[in-house]
Amino acid sequence: MPGGGSFDTFPKLLLRNAAQFGTHPAFRHKDLGIWQSWTWAQVAEIVRAYAAGLHRLGLQPGDTIAVVGANRPKLYWTMMAAQMLRAIPVPVYAEAVADELAFVLAHAEAKLVAAQDQEQVDKVLSVSDRLPQLDKVVYDEPRGLDGYDRSRSIAIGNIIEEGRAALATDIALRKSIDDFVQAGNGSDVAVILYTSGTTGASKGVTLSSRGCIDAATDTTRFDGLTHEDVVLAYLPLAWVGDHYLNYVQGLVAGFCTACPESSDTIEQDRHEIGPTFYFAPPRGFEAMLTRLMIRMEDASPVKRRMFNYFLDVARLHGEQVLTGRPVPLSGRLLYALGRLLVYEPLKNVLGLSRVRVAYTAGEAIGPDLFAFFRSIGLNLKQLYGQTEAFLYVTCQPDGAIYSDTVGPAAPNVDVRIAESGEVQFRSPGMFVGYFKDQAKTAEAMTPDGYVKTGDAGIFDEKTGHLKIIDRAKDVGRLNGGTMFAPKYLENKLKFFPNIKEAITFGDSREFVCAMLNIDPIAVTNWAERNNVAYGSYQELAGHPLVYDMVANDVAAVNRSLVEEKVLAGAQIRRFLILHKELDADDGELTRTQKVRRRIIAERYAPLLAALYDGSYEADISTEVTFEDGRKGTIAARVKIRDMQAIGAAESLEKAA
Amino acid sequence: MRAPDTNEILLQVEAVALSFGGVRALKDVSFNIRKGEIRAIIGPNGAGKTSMLNVVNGFYHPDHGTITFKGRTRDKMQPFEAARGGIARTFQNVALFKGMSALDNIMAGRTLKVRRGLLWQVLRYGPALREELEHRHRVEEIIDFLEIEAIRKVPVGRLPYGLQKRVELGRALAMEPELLLLDEPMAGMNLEEKEDMSRFIVDVNNQYGTTIALIEHDMAVVMDLSESVAVLDHGVKIADGTPDEVKNSQAVIEAYLGVAH
Repeated sequence: MPGGGSFDTFPKLLLRNAAQFGTHPAFRHKDLGIWQSWTWAQVAEIVRAYAAGLHRLGLQPGDTIAVVGANRPKLYWTMMAAQMLRAIPVPVYAEAVADELAFVLAHAEAKLVAAQDQEQVDKVLSVSDRLPQLDKVVYDEPRGLDGYDRSRSIAIGNIIEEGRAALATDIALRKSIDDFVQAGNGSDVAVILYTSGTTGASKGVTLSSRGCIDAATDTTRFDGLTHEDVVLAYLPLAWVGDHYLNYVQGLVAGFCTACPESSDTIEQDRHEIGPTFYFAPPRGFEAMLTRLMIRMEDASPVKRRMFNYFLDVARLHGEQVLTGRPVPLSGRLLYALGRLLVYEPLKNVLGLSRVRVAYTAGEAIGPDLFAFFRSIGLNLKQLYGQTEAFLYVTCQPDGAIYSDTVGPAAPNVDVRIAESGEVQFRSPGMFVGYFKDQAKTAEAMTPDGYVKTGDAGIFDEKTGHLKIIDRAKDVGRLNGGTMFAPKYLENKLKFFPNIKEAITFGDSREFVCAMLNIDPIAVTNWAERNNVAYGSYQELAGHPLVYDMVANDVAAVNRSLVEEKVLAGAQIRRFLILHKELDADDGELTRTQKVRRRIIAERYAPLLAALYDGSYEADISTEVTFEDGRKGTIAARVKIRDMQAIGAAESLEKAA
Repeated sequence: MRAPDTNEILLQVEAVALSFGGVRALKDVSFNIRKGEIRAIIGPNGAGKTSMLNVVNGFYHPDHGTITFKGRTRDKMQPFEAARGGIARTFQNVALFKGMSALDNIMAGRTLKVRRGLLWQVLRYGPALREELEHRHRVEEIIDFLEIEAIRKVPVGRLPYGLQKRVELGRALAMEPELLLLDEPMAGMNLEEKEDMSRFIVDVNNQYGTTIALIEHDMAVVMDLSESVAVLDHGVKIADGTPDEVKNSQAVIEAYLGVAH
C-alpha cells in the first residue's frame, strides 16, 4: 500500500501517482448530467500545463493564491498547480461574506484568487480596493463573466490552454517547471488553512508539506485506504476536514475524488458514486436519519412493521456482527435476513452501500444516532482533531468503538491531559505556526512543544480512550458551586430530534437556563401529522403544544443529570424557544455551524434578562441578514417555561 | 442589462383590434419589439395584456390589423407557425405536464427541433439516438443554466410553484426562441423567487441574446428589468417608452390610481 514514502511534496506525489496509477481515475465531476473522469496521468498533465500558465502570469515561489468556491476539480488543481510552483494555496470558505473574504485575502497577501464563478468573482472584485497585492482573479465557470476586464480576470481553462501551448514550444519553460518540482522539499509551506473563527478572528494555520504527507501516510494505513477507494468531496474546501481527508489523503493513497454536481444534489451524487470512505459531521448523519424516519412514516404498514422489527434485531446484534464478536446462530440468521430486506436497501438509498470506513467529528454524536448507523452495518467511527494538528489527534480503531469517547491517540500522536484538564498533543502533521502571528503561535504551544487544544477532556478509566467534555474555558460554576459544562448539557438537549440548537447559561448564575431552536423538519412534520396549524417558523416556535413537547425533552435531560452526581445541581430550570433560527449569516453560528455563545448572549440580552428575572414572556427584536446581504429586523414576543427540578430536591431548593 | 444590438424591429403590431362578442379586448393597438431588448407590457387587470400576447403568438386572430414578424407581414398566424418561426412562451397559470419529470418537460420543448421521423424515434437507434443525445445535451445546458440539477428527475407536480415556473421557462428556452413571451413570470412568487427569476430573465437576454416580451404586475420588477414599457388600459395603448417616461406619464398614473373627481 503506497503511503507518502520518500515523497515529501505534493507535486512529487502527483507525478508518482501518474506513473503508478496512471489509468486510474483521480477526479470525477458531474457536469451537464454526466460524470466526467480524469485519470491521474491526465491530471498530472493538466496541472503541469496550469502551473506553466500561472508561472507566465507571474506566480512566484512563496506567493499565495486564494481558492474560493465549491468542490470543483479545477479548484483542487489550482492547489496542485500552485504547489508545483512552490507557491502556497489558501482555500477560503465559499460562503464567507465580502468582509470576511477581504480579511483573509489581505492577511494572506493573496496575489491571485481562483474563484468558482461569477458570484465569487464579483465578491472578490467588490473588495479589491482593500487588496493592494491582488493582481488577478482566475475563474472556473465563465458564465456571466463575458464583459469583465480581461486584464483582471481570466478563465482557468484559458490559462491551462495557454500553459499547454507554451510548454509545447518553450524548452526553457519546461525546464523551469521541472526545476520547481525538484527544488521543492518537505519544509515548504504546503497550505495555509484559516480557522473558522469559533474563538475570535480567524487565524492562518501554516502546514508543512512533509507534515501533511506524514500524517496522511499514517491515517491512510490505519484505515487501509488505497487507490481503489472513492470519496465524495462535498465539505467546504477551506475546512481542514476536506483538505486532509480528500485532497491530501487522495494524493497520498491515490484514490479518486468525486465532486458533486451542485450543493443541492449531494444526496443523489452520493447515491450514484457510492463512496467507499465517507465523512460527515454528526448533523449530517442526523439529517439522513431524520429524512429516513419521515419517509418510513409514509410507507405502507407492512413495510413499517418489517422496518421496525429488523431495526430491533439490528439493535440487539448489529454491533457484535460488525466488530466480529460472537453472536448466537438465531441472531446471526435474523441479522442476515435483515441485511437482505432492510439494512442493505437502506444503505443503498443513502448512498452508503460501498462505504468501508465512515468518520464523524466536530461535535458529540448522539449515542442512539451513532448506534443506529453502526447497527445497520456502517463502520462509523469517531475522530477528534484540529486544524493545528492537521486533523487527527485521536481516532477509533476498528473493533473498539464507544459512542462517548473519541478513541485513543492516532498513530504517532502523543496526547496528554494537563493539570487544568486541557487536552494537549504532539503530532506528525502538527502546524508550523500561525501565519504572521508569532505571539498567537507561542500562546498555543507549551514550552515542551505540545499544542494546547483548548478542550477539556478526560481519559476514560475502562478503555483508556479520550473523552472530550467541553471547551476548557467554557466550563464554569453556578453560584452554589455546582460544575456547569454548557456544551455537555446542550449536546444532551440536541440529541432530541425536535431540538436543533441549544444554548445554556449558568456560569456565575443561580441556576441553569436554556434557549432552544426547534428543528424545522422534525417539528413541521409533527405539526402536519397532528393537524397543528401555523403560518410561519416564528408561529410554530411559539406554539403552546410545541412548548409542551420540548418541555418533555428538557425534563428527560434533567432526569439523566440526576444520575451524574457532579452535575445534578445543573438541571435546566427555565427555557424558551427562540423565534428565529440561529444563522451563520447573522454571526450567531460559525461557518462550521457551531454556536457563538457570547454573541448570542449579547444579541438576545432582553431574553436572557427575562430568563433570570422570573418573567414569563419578553419582547425581542433582532437584525437579520438576508442571503443577498440586505438587512431586516424580526420582532417577537417569546414565552418562557419553568421546569420542575427532579430528585435531590433540598439541595436544589437551596440553589434556586 | 445590455442595450439592443440595433434598432432593428423584430416584431411590429399594427392597428390590431380584437373583440370577444361585444367585449372589445384590444382597440387599435400598435407597438413594436426591437431585436435584443427586454420589453414589458403592463396595465391594470383586464387591460388586454394577455390578449395581446395571445395575438402575437397566434393563439387569437385579430379582427383587424397586421403582425409583422422578422419582416413578414400577416394578418393571422397559427400557434405552430409562431413556434416554428422562433416565438416561445410561458403561461400565466403554469402549463406543464404534471406527471412528467422536469427533464422530460424541458425535453418536450425540443419537439420542433427533432429532425428524424417517428419510425426512427420509435426504434431509438443510430441517427435518432445520436440526435436524442444532442437534444439531451442542450437540455442539460438549460438545466445547468437555470440551476435545477437537483430536481431533474422529480415529477413537476411535486415541485413548489416557483420551481415549476422555472421549469416552464426551461421548456420555452429549449425551443431556442428568438422571441420569448413571458406571461406574468413572477406571479405568486415570494421576494427571493422573484429575484431569482429576474436574474434568469436578464441572463437569458444577456447570454443567448433572446428578445423578451413580458407581462408583469410587479412594477418594481418591470422598472428594473425592461428597457421599454408599453402600457395598456381597457384595450388601448396609453403610453410607450422607457420605464422613467412611463412612470411619469399622467395617463398611466390615472389608469393605475384613478382620476380625482
